[in-house]
Amino acid sequence: MGRVDVRRVALNVAAPALALVFALLIASLALRLSGHSPLDTVRSMITYSRRGSTQVLILNTATTYYLAAVAVAIGFRMNLFNIGVDGQYRLAALLAAAVGGAVDLPRPLHLLLIVVVAVTVGGMWAAIAGLLKAYRGVSEVISTIMLNAISTAVIAYLLTPGRLAVTTQGSNNIGTREIPVSGQVPGLDLIPGANRQVFGFIVVAVLVGIGYSVLLNRTRFGFDLRATGRSQTAAVASGVNVKRMVAISMALSGGCAGLVGLPQLLGSSYSYALDFPTGLGFTGIAIALLGRNHPVGIAFGALLWAFLDQSSQILDLDGVPKEIVTIMQGSTVLCVVVAYELVRRYSRVLEQKRVGAALGRTEVPATSGAST
Amino acid sequence: MSASDVSAPAVPEAPPAGPRPRVRITPARTAIAAVALIVLLSLVRQLSGANDLTSAGAISAALLLAVPIAMAGLGGLWSERAGVANIGLEGMMILGTWGAGWAGYQWGPWAGVVAAVAFGAIGGLLHAVATVLFNVDHIVSGVAINILALGATQFLANAYFAGREGGSTKQSPTVDDLPTLSVPFIADPLTSLEAHHWFLVSDVAGIARGLLTNLSVITVLAVLLLPLTFFVLWRTAFGLRLRSCGESPVAAESLGIDVYRMKMIAVIASGAFAGLGGASLALAASSFYQEGQTGGRGYIGLAAMIFGNWRPGGLAGGAALFGFADALQLRGGDAIHALLLLVAILVVLVGVWQVRRRRVVQGVVGLVCGVAVLVIYLVTSTVPSQLTGSVPYVTTLLVLALASQRLRMPATDGMPYRRGEGG
Repeated sequence: MGRVDVRRVALNVAAPALALVFALLIASLALRLSGHSPLDTVRSMITYSRRGSTQVLILNTATTYYLAAVAVAIGFRMNLFNIGVDGQYRLAALLAAAVGGAVDLPRPLHLLLIVVVAVTVGGMWAAIAGLLKAYRGVSEVISTIMLNAISTAVIAYLLTPGRLAVTTQGSNNIGTREIPVSGQVPGLDLIPGANRQVFGFIVVAVLVGIGYSVLLNRTRFGFDLRATGRSQTAAVASGVNVKRMVAISMALSGGCAGLVGLPQLLGSSYSYALDFPTGLGFTGIAIALLGRNHPVGIAFGALLWAFLDQSSQILDLDGVPKEIVTIMQGSTVLCVVVAYELVRRYSRVLEQKRVGAALGRTEVPATSGAST
Repeated sequence: MSASDVSAPAVPEAPPAGPRPRVRITPARTAIAAVALIVLLSLVRQLSGANDLTSAGAISAALLLAVPIAMAGLGGLWSERAGVANIGLEGMMILGTWGAGWAGYQWGPWAGVVAAVAFGAIGGLLHAVATVLFNVDHIVSGVAINILALGATQFLANAYFAGREGGSTKQSPTVDDLPTLSVPFIADPLTSLEAHHWFLVSDVAGIARGLLTNLSVITVLAVLLLPLTFFVLWRTAFGLRLRSCGESPVAAESLGIDVYRMKMIAVIASGAFAGLGGASLALAASSFYQEGQTGGRGYIGLAAMIFGNWRPGGLAGGAALFGFADALQLRGGDAIHALLLLVAILVVLVGVWQVRRRRVVQGVVGLVCGVAVLVIYLVTSTVPSQLTGSVPYVTTLLVLALASQRLRMPATDGMPYRRGEGG
């Protein structure tokens, strides 16, 4: 048994590794076709990522990506596809920034208030889709797409001078009032020698990952959630209230999505302005898929994605279009799932052979040929 | 006999049959609904004085914006009818816009159309290979294709458009316009009729002029594909086979249908439609490829298709709604505010209809929402410009919340299928 488990682990590691190699090949091909050297490109990306300040940026980006991916993964575990993380985190970050900038409290209270506002707004925005799905049968895919578009409009409406925004002196950027120091999360000096600090919010991201793992594997709710995701009929038969589960897990996913904007908001920009990052929800979808909804897998996925994003910043200086990295990210996602499928098929054949061989040797020798 | 008649509603099958049979959508009913909508539009125009609501300009802009959405929706229809969920339409559409710009500026707009369809079909092929042959989760593959298409087009634009005359890393050089078509001899009389702003007459004139004059060839082509799709999918043996793969691939297989082949064809066609949608964006709505040109229309097309209950007519209606609201927003003015009145009336009508069908809760919710919109219309004089864009999305949510029970997607849509799994 131990030998088989080792082999299974090896296979599971082999899948993403193979996929990465294949994605590298595709990217190399694209680079070669457009007249650039793949080797030099990879080399300069790796050299650039060795710098302390790049590593800090990678960690900071990964923190944000991790939260987005966990938000998506909560939905995926329930067979809910929350495309709406994008709208949820932007609306949550805007309102949290507005509330955080309007008050001045002692630090723990101030931070707590901002986080609570963000989680509540994200959760409630997602709950609209959850309730519509549970009680009106509206596909969450379409309702979250609609809610994304609506939140874009609402944000544009709220983020105007006279409502939630103030104009910044000397620029045409507008944003919410800056959050005072008591509402900011101090950075951490994790990487020695870097001239930047890692977002303190990375601690929250780690806690969210642990919470996600505990919730899924150690609680009745998590069990119900996974059961419903695997087989709705079986879950109903064992007494799970599926409608309630749909509404709650969608709200949970949205609550987690509410945190996505906070590392950036509380760690560096301190205000929600027009240039606040968008599209993180879609990145989260890809990373959740890459990490197979597993808290540790997602962490690796987020780090890989952040590494590609940040280390590609050097490429423009070399005259290589940095979009090559997007091609690599897309092909990685596709290759990973293809690789997992191939590994699944292969290990099933192995399993069949093993069972056949075992049966053949110990119990029914006559059927050993037939069972393979 | 009489006893069984009385107990009939209690049979588990009763809900779909209900006290009254479902309203069947027939051509006559569709025509009546269309006429009713035009009357309603002109009534709203008269009441609100927002003449742009039915002006030829607004209608032709709506058509121009509805076509890409309808093509994405049609792509979704082909794919999902064969049982493959396709969230990658956005990516295939992006490939289409790039192909249109790339071939268009070098060899003329027709080459652009062909290249757009081909590029979209390549995206479809990728999705088909991943989902049908490798059994990859349909959503995963679609998301990956969206990322891949975005990266690939940005990369290619960098390589092919940057440094060309009129081109940049984000935009292709300008492509010549496709020829336009008009029904002859009607433009002038309709223009003068429209200028009178008579109830109904001027509205019909405006709508007719918008729909019948100055049409890009690609728009006409795209609109014709809607009835063609209906014919192919619902009136031919091929279509029946294709749809059977989406309803029950195992049953289809047992009847000797090559399910993999049907699904591959459907998904590749799906990509081609999305690519054509991209071409209509790049060649009709503008005259170059531009980064971010699709603006999420692939997703909206998918929404239009679900809104339209996985039927060509329904998705055309959904696409028209999004296109119309988009056009009014782009043109600005008081038309969007007037649209609120239209939405209020429509939602109230849906509410009344629900109450009459004994679905009191939905009906009352509908009435309350409708009255709320009406109150908003009456107490405000304009819709804040930032919020106007959200009107079609809010409307879609409301309509789906009130009427989604009538939607039915293909039975095995988005589910994996392996040859021979039926045993």
